[in-house]
Amino acid sequence: MADYAIEMLNITKRFPGIIANDNITLQLKKGEIHALLGENGAGKSTLMSVLFGLYQPEEGEIHKDGRKVEINNPNDADALGIGMVHQHFKLVECFSVLDNIILGVETTKGGILQKDEARKKVLALSEKYGFQVDPGALIEDITVGMQQRTEILKMLYRDNEILIFDEPTAVLTPQEIQELMTIMKNLAAEGKSILFITHKLAEIMQVADRCSVLRKGKYIGTVDIKDTTPEKLSAMMVGRDVNFVVEKKPVKPGKVILDVQNMTVASKRHKNNAVNGVSLNVREGEIVCIAGIDGNGQTEFVYGLTGLEPLKEGKITLHGEDITQMPIRKRSVNGMSHIPEDRHKHGLVLDYSLENNIVLQRYFEPQFTNKFGFLKKKEIREYANRLIEQYDVRSGQGPITKARSMSGGNQQKAIIAREVDKNPELLVAVQPTRGLDVGAIEYIHKQLVAQRDAGKGVLLVSLELDEVMNVSDRILVMYEGEIVGEFDPKKVTVEELGLYMAGSKRKGA
Amino acid sequence: MLLLIQYTLIFASVLLLVALGGCFSEHSGVINIGLEGIMVMGALGGALMMKYLPDGTPAVAVILMVIVASVLLGILFSLLLGVAAIQFKADQTLVGTALNLLGTAAAVVIVRAINMAENPDNVSTTVSYMKEKEAFLMKIGKFEFNWFMLIALILLIVAYVVLYKTRFGLRLCACGEHPQAADSVGINVYKMRYAGVIISGALGGLGGVVYITAGVSEWKFENGVAGFGFLALAVMIFGQWKPINIGLAALLFGLFRALSNVYTGFDFLMKLNIPGTLYNMFPYIISLVVLIFVSKKSRAPKAEGIPYDKGQR
Repeated sequence: MADYAIEMLNITKRFPGIIANDNITLQLKKGEIHALLGENGAGKSTLMSVLFGLYQPEEGEIHKDGRKVEINNPNDADALGIGMVHQHFKLVECFSVLDNIILGVETTKGGILQKDEARKKVLALSEKYGFQVDPGALIEDITVGMQQRTEILKMLYRDNEILIFDEPTAVLTPQEIQELMTIMKNLAAEGKSILFITHKLAEIMQVADRCSVLRKGKYIGTVDIKDTTPEKLSAMMVGRDVNFVVEKKPVKPGKVILDVQNMTVASKRHKNNAVNGVSLNVREGEIVCIAGIDGNGQTEFVYGLTGLEPLKEGKITLHGEDITQMPIRKRSVNGMSHIPEDRHKHGLVLDYSLENNIVLQRYFEPQFTNKFGFLKKKEIREYANRLIEQYDVRSGQGPITKARSMSGGNQQKAIIAREVDKNPELLVAVQPTRGLDVGAIEYIHKQLVAQRDAGKGVLLVSLELDEVMNVSDRILVMYEGEIVGEFDPKKVTVEELGLYMAGSKRKGA
Repeated sequence: MLLLIQYTLIFASVLLLVALGGCFSEHSGVINIGLEGIMVMGALGGALMMKYLPDGTPAVAVILMVIVASVLLGILFSLLLGVAAIQFKADQTLVGTALNLLGTAAAVVIVRAINMAENPDNVSTTVSYMKEKEAFLMKIGKFEFNWFMLIALILLIVAYVVLYKTRFGLRLCACGEHPQAADSVGINVYKMRYAGVIISGALGGLGGVVYITAGVSEWKFENGVAGFGFLALAVMIFGQWKPINIGLAALLFGLFRALSNVYTGFDFLMKLNIPGTLYNMFPYIISLVVLIFVSKKSRAPKAEGIPYDKGQR
C-alpha cells in the first residue's frame, strides 16, 4: 500500500449544474512520472484544486503514504510536501529569483531577513540539477525557461516530495522542452514523485511511466506508457478515434485573393526591419502556410497585413482593391478575417460576455444596431445562440458567460465562430491551435479546410511543423523577416523545412 | 536662510510621512487616494488633543498624546478604505475620493459643534493650540527645531528597513505585485492589504497633525489640508515608491512649499516682484510638471488598484 506517495480515492466534486469530478481515482507511485491527460474542461484543474485544498470534495479521500489526510488549504498541501508549477507562473516580476523562492518560507533573525543560507541552498540545488539559475537576477530579466526553473526551485527549496507540473511545456521552446524532460527524469530518479498534466501526447510518450486519463469529469483509466500508443491515448482522451491526418480533397486554386508586394515593417525591438520586403499571394481555395521559428517576423507580418501596424513600404491588394492604407474595420468588412495569435490581447474582450464577443466584428451592422444607434439585444442573443450551437462553444452560462471564465479551447472556438461566420474572402489564422488539446485541434483544422473547400483563401501562420505539413497546400518559410523558400508539402520533408527555418539554407524565392 | 531650511524641513517631514504612508498602502496593492482626508482626520485628532490637554502637561506627554490621537484617528478613518476596498472589493479610487470629501466635512461639523457648545456665537471651524504647540519645538540658536523632523527621519529609516529587509516587507510587496503568487505560497493577501492600509492611516494621520502645527498655531478646518495629501501622492510617485527617493522628493517639494512662507526674506526674490500667490502655487505646479515627465517611466506596484479575488483566473 505504501508504494503510493499520494492517492486520491473516489473523488467527487460537484458545482451547480455540473459534476466536475465524478468518482475519480488517481494514484501516484513514489519516484514515478505520472501523466494526467484530458481535454480542456475534463476536470484536471478541479482535481488539482481539490489536492491543494482550494476545493473540498463532496466524496472521496486523499491518502498520503497510505494514511488518510485532510487538506483544507494550500498550506496543508505544502506541509504534506506537495508543490506545483502552475501554468501561469506565480512569480513576482520585480523580485529576484531568490526572493521569489523564499517568499512565504523566509528565515528571519530578529525580524530581519536572512538570505545567505537560502542563497547557498538555492545554488546547491541549482547546481545539482544543472539549472544554471542566478539567484540575484530579477524575474522580469530572465527567460521563460529560467522562470520555470525558478518555480521548480521553489518546490525543491521547500523539500516537496510530490511535484505537479501543470502544462509546463506550453510556453517553452523545443530546446527548453527537452531540457525540462531531462530535469523531470532526474527529479524522478532522485525519488521525487511527479504528476505531469498535459495534452501533448508526444511528451507523455517520451517521459512518463504511467498515464491516467480523464474525460468530461470521469475517470477513464490508467495505462502503462510502455504498453500503449499515442493513438490509443488520444482515443481514451477524446472518446473516439482522432484523425491525426487531416482529410482534404486535392487543391484547386482559383484566382488570386490576396497579393502582398514587398511588405516591410519596422521592428519594435531592434533597428532592423522585422519584416523585410516580403511578397506573397494567396489564391482562392488554398491554404498557404507561413512556417518559421517564433520571432522571425511572422507576428509583425500579420500585424502589417491586418492593419495593426503601419507598413514602412509595400502594397497589399485584397480582391484587386488596394487596402494598404485601409483602417482595420474596413479591411474586416471587405472580407478579411483574423484569428489572432494572442487571443486574450487581440481576440476577445475578456470581461465581456460571450455574446458581445461574438458580435464584436458585426455589432454595427443594421441587423444588430437600430437606426438610433442602439444595440438590438434580442437579435444579438439569437445570433450568439446560433453560433454557440453551430460551433459547439461550451461555457458555463451560455451567451452571458464572461469570456474570461471560459477554457482556452472554447475561447478559441468563439473567435473562430465569429471570424468564419462573417463569411470572409480571406481567413488569416495565426497559431490557431496553440495550447489546445487534440480534439479541439482536429476541429479547428477541419474548419480551416472547410473554408478552403468553400473557395476562400486561408493564410495560416504556424510554429508547429506537424500542422504545417498536414494542413497546408503551399508552405512559405520565413526567416529573419524574409521568405526564404516555397514548398509543396507533398514534396518536402520536415528535416528539409527545418534547415530553412533555422536559416542554414535558402532559395531565391 | 535659516528660516528657509527650517520650513523646508518641516514641510518635507509632512510630505515624507504621508508619502511613506501611501507607499505602504500601494505596495500592499491598495491605492490610497484618500490620504488627504486621512490627514484631516489625523490633524483633527491632534488638534483636539492639544485643546483638551490640561495646562502644564509635560512636553513629552503632549508629544506622545498628540501622536497617539492623530495616529489612532488616522487608522480608524483609513479602515473605511480597508473595509470597502478589501472586504467588499469596492473601487479604490472612488472610496478614496469619498474619504477626502468625508474627512474635511466631518472635521468641519465636529469642530463647529464643539465651538458652538462653548460659545453659541462662535460658528468658526478654528481650533487654536498656541501654547501646546510649544512642546514640539526646541530652539537651537535661531533655528526652531521641531521634534517631528526627527520622528520623520527615524520613520524613513524604519520604513526602508521594513520594506526591504524584513519578512513583512517582502510579503507586503508581493501582495501589491502579484497577489496570486503570494496566495499560492500561503500568504494571506487580505491581511497584508489591511496592514498596508492601516500603516498608511497611521502615517497619514501623523502627517496631518505635523502639517497643521508647522508655522501656524491655529487651524481652520474648513481648509482641510490644502491638497497636501495629493502633494504627498505626487512625492510618492516622484520617489517611485521607494522610501529613500521619497525622502529626497519630499525635500524638493518641501523647499518649494517653504519658499511661499519665507520668500519675503530674500532680497533677490523680492526684486523679481512676483506676486506672492505664485509662490503659493509653486509646489502644485511643480508636481504637475514632475508627474508629466515621470509618469511615463514610472513603475507602480503591478496589482495596485485591483481588488484581490481568489476565484479569478
